[in-house]
Amino acid sequence: MNGIVNTVAVMSGITGFLAFVLTLARRTVGDYGIVEITINDKKKLEVRGGDSLLSALSSEKIFIPSACGGKGTCGYCKVKVLNGGGAVLPMEEGLVSHDEIEEGVRLACQVKLKEPIKIEIPDELFNVREYRAEVRKIEDITPKIKHLVLDIVEGGEIDFKPGQYIQLVAPPYAESDESVQRAYSIASCPDDKGFIELIIGYVEGGICTTYVHKYLKEGDHVNFNGPFGNFFYKDNDREMIMVAAGTGMAPILSILRAMKSSGIKRRCSFFFGAKTRDDLFFIDKMQNLEESLFDFEFVPALSRIGPDDDWEGVRGRVTEPLMKHMENPENKEAYLCGSPVMIDAIVELLIEKGMDEKLIYYDKF
Amino acid sequence: MNELNPLVLFTASIFTSNMILANFLGMCSFIAVSKDIKTSLGLGQAVTFVLTFTTVINYLLYRHVLIPMNLEYLRYIVFIISIAAFVQLVEMIVERQLPVLHHALGIFLPLITVNCAILGVSLFMVIRKYSLIQSLAFGFGSGVGWTMAIVALAGLKKRLNESRVPKGLKGAGITLIITGLMALGFMGFSGMVQIS
Repeated sequence: MNGIVNTVAVMSGITGFLAFVLTLARRTVGDYGIVEITINDKKKLEVRGGDSLLSALSSEKIFIPSACGGKGTCGYCKVKVLNGGGAVLPMEEGLVSHDEIEEGVRLACQVKLKEPIKIEIPDELFNVREYRAEVRKIEDITPKIKHLVLDIVEGGEIDFKPGQYIQLVAPPYAESDESVQRAYSIASCPDDKGFIELIIGYVEGGICTTYVHKYLKEGDHVNFNGPFGNFFYKDNDREMIMVAAGTGMAPILSILRAMKSSGIKRRCSFFFGAKTRDDLFFIDKMQNLEESLFDFEFVPALSRIGPDDDWEGVRGRVTEPLMKHMENPENKEAYLCGSPVMIDAIVELLIEKGMDEKLIYYDKF
Repeated sequence: MNELNPLVLFTASIFTSNMILANFLGMCSFIAVSKDIKTSLGLGQAVTFVLTFTTVINYLLYRHVLIPMNLEYLRYIVFIISIAAFVQLVEMIVERQLPVLHHALGIFLPLITVNCAILGVSLFMVIRKYSLIQSLAFGFGSGVGWTMAIVALAGLKKRLNESRVPKGLKGAGITLIITGLMALGFMGFSGMVQIS
């Protein structure tokens, strides 16, 4: 009996003492106190130190774009740190260019708050809010692409520019044990402030796309935040050239809808690339826009159409009709949305044709 | 009581009884973190720090608490707890003072808790009946030896980047072969002193 009491007492004593020492250490070494964040020299926040800048800002309802949820792999959460960010971590060097590092650009998720910090973020980010929405509609528009309509139930009306994107939050579900955020362009018209439309393609193994394609049902609730992005409609009178493939149609559709609702009179052509007939969608919407817009032409191109198919549109890649259209590059501007490979190729061709690089706007995904 | 001179013990634990190259203890982080000399040196310092202090703390606990109360059989759990607490402390300090190193070490810093070299040193100290000074010399020496081995391996791996390694041996394969060759080399020292 004595032996048991002794053993327990000794073990408790030793463990208790060590716990005491560790608690002391936590209070001194591990406590970073209250840290002041100064944003754009005007807004000051006081937050508990020790957290990452990204999570501290999001708990203060300032949302920096981030796709990976703070793991330091997507490189979206870039902010300019003027002072107080500590040393640049090796993992940031892969995602932040050398010139950017010189200017003080850091990944917000990797900056730990330990001392007063001064940062600069684009003013639009103050406009970013968090929304909760109910899925009004989710349907297949091609075998791999779904069209979603989300009714906002919490967070108020959304104010965005046509072409901008939101970040959809996929909660932990059967195939993923962590919450992730992914960026999707808004396809609806900015005049509709109570709901948004998204076009989401299925990516093999993608955490968020799998959630949307296999788990999300009508009537479910989802969270998103936004709007983000500097790819949006620019108001002037140049002729517009739009090029997209697959789900890249979303921001273009938003721009076209906005032009229709404000009665904008600009000449405008949309070159849309797909592989087969199965990959085409929203043809009816495009035809409607062709009729209702001032001067709009929709040019779908199918790259893998069989020779015996009776397809009357363009066969091959969008570049051919696009190049024909670009014989005269004067007074034109371009809006591109698609994969980095596609955009790089098209930007190169447009510049070759004599287009001003500054007038080529794009959204790579 | 063991009669070995602490200085001899210190030298021996670096060269002839190196934790990694003679006893094959603490291999996991040795292989995983040895990609970069600076990081290896950082981990080596952390290991040395933890080794030196836990050996002394464990000596005091064993000699002055466990033996008088006839509780020697509790030594594993006591040693592990004191090591865990110490690693936690080191992690807090490194996180605050050396964020770059903290990031580079990642999970391997907390994993020092179960680094077998560290428990190994505490257990050798008990088995070989070292005194306080001897334990200190042995703990510190083992840490220095561990650091030396991992930094040497990191240096070799760096040169390896430019050499043509057979496809099937790339990565862990060639690392294990190099470690084996280093161990063979260190066997040459074993004639100098033998500690037990």
